[in-house]
Amino acid sequence: MRNIIPILTVVGLLILVWYGAAVALNAQWARDVAARADRTLTFSELVADTWSQEKPKLPAPHQVGAELWETTVMKKVTSKRSLVYHTWVTFSATFLGFVMGTALGTLLAVGIVFNRTMDMSVMPWVIASQTIPILAIAPMIIVVLNAVGLSGLLPKAIISMYLSFFPVVVGMVKGLRSPDQMQLDQMRTWHASGWQTFWKLRLPSSMPYFFTSLKVGVAASLVGAIVGEMPTGAVAGLGARLLAGSYYGQTVQIWSALIMAAALAAVMVGLIGLVQRITLKRMGMA
Amino acid sequence: MQENQSVISARNLDLTFQTNDGPIHALKDVNLEINKGDFVSFIGPSGCGKTTFLRVMADLEQPTGGEVTINGVSPEEARRSRAYGYVFQAAGLYPWRTIGGNIRLPLEIMGIPKAEQAERVKRVLDLVELSGFEKKFPWQLSGGMQQRASIARALSFDADILLMDEPFGALDEIVRDHLNEQLLKLWARTEKTIAFVTHSIPEAVYLSTKIVVMSPRPGRITDVIESPLPRERPLEIRETPEFLEIAHRVREGLRAGHGDD
Repeated sequence: MRNIIPILTVVGLLILVWYGAAVALNAQWARDVAARADRTLTFSELVADTWSQEKPKLPAPHQVGAELWETTVMKKVTSKRSLVYHTWVTFSATFLGFVMGTALGTLLAVGIVFNRTMDMSVMPWVIASQTIPILAIAPMIIVVLNAVGLSGLLPKAIISMYLSFFPVVVGMVKGLRSPDQMQLDQMRTWHASGWQTFWKLRLPSSMPYFFTSLKVGVAASLVGAIVGEMPTGAVAGLGARLLAGSYYGQTVQIWSALIMAAALAAVMVGLIGLVQRITLKRMGMA
Repeated sequence: MQENQSVISARNLDLTFQTNDGPIHALKDVNLEINKGDFVSFIGPSGCGKTTFLRVMADLEQPTGGEVTINGVSPEEARRSRAYGYVFQAAGLYPWRTIGGNIRLPLEIMGIPKAEQAERVKRVLDLVELSGFEKKFPWQLSGGMQQRASIARALSFDADILLMDEPFGALDEIVRDHLNEQLLKLWARTEKTIAFVTHSIPEAVYLSTKIVVMSPRPGRITDVIESPLPRERPLEIRETPEFLEIAHRVREGLRAGHGDD
């Protein structure tokens, strides 16, 4: 619990800066409105106005908080206006993409470690795949998959996978190669097969790398799912909320979706961290 | 027990590593016979090829000339038939396995039935005096105990030959004395043939029936000393004149080897 105080201090500071920035960014609008009404605002009137505009450039924290309360607790979760519903839609694509990405990444890493040809041929492509801007390729993935009759959750999950397999490949290649020469020699003196060396030595040794990769991978998955919701005219999901918010200038809605996405990422990374701590502790590696 | 039956035999053994700075003669024209039940120490300064020689016996390095046989067959065949146990300088226990689990590891790899695994783990833990530690994890044991567990692991599959590469090199002297004493007892009880690499003169003289003195550039054998000490050796034997005489001869041999460069 002693690490909660520094975190809260930083959160407090951020909120202070946020309120200040809200005043600075929204002041012009408030003055313009007042000027048209032939009024001049006192300082306290100005501040009060900048913190309560309907379409501010930067909504104040309490406005975002109210919107979050309104769209999570006060709405039925099945409602299209519930942020919980949209978060769930994004989460399911994120989770599916994350699972597929982890599986793909692990398989590629095993291939790369065990097969010299794959080591030479696959790794450059894996790296090249990540240099393509995801925003450019996402609409094409959606269109192509739609043409073969796949729509809904799966195309988004595939974009998630596209982003999340990369950290898993890189981490697992390093992890599976982490046993030192002595440990490999030892296996050789027992005349162990490659398969036995993999199961009994390489795979357990790679666990710390695996969990670190998963944390990076799940965050990338979420970005992938949100990006997948943006260019497709998706009607549900945090990405759709962000897009709709920007069409109609609903900055409060955009910010609450952003906060929700951040919270979702934090929860997922936190859960993986928890599993990591428990697993590595039980394995005597933490 | 049959005396003088050759178990390990090296004839005109050469090993040259090709490096960017030119060839390195790790072993040159090495000839040696190790008989059944011998305790042979290899001693010499670093770079003399003692570890390389041990690794050739274990089929972890390939000689570039000459021949080694283990029980009459090539090192590779010996490795495949699991004819030797190898103890490395570091204990190398897996942190995610208990002590028992670590000792079971080679048995699992060799496909030994579960019931027999348990029996063997218990027996070798007894041998290294670690009974009761089966369910402990490596981090719960001291460095010396970990190294004993690693010796137990090398003993678990009943190989007749034990190859040990500076197994006590990283331990402090008091622990090392204790482990040396235990190793001698274990050797007497199991009648194994042991090849032991060290760079400690007292350790070599205390443990061995045969001391092989080596020198570097090129790595070669400069002296082979048959120890006249009895097989039964209390620690105090290290203060007797016989002991000191052998130690002296080893030191002379090492010095002569060093005079070359």
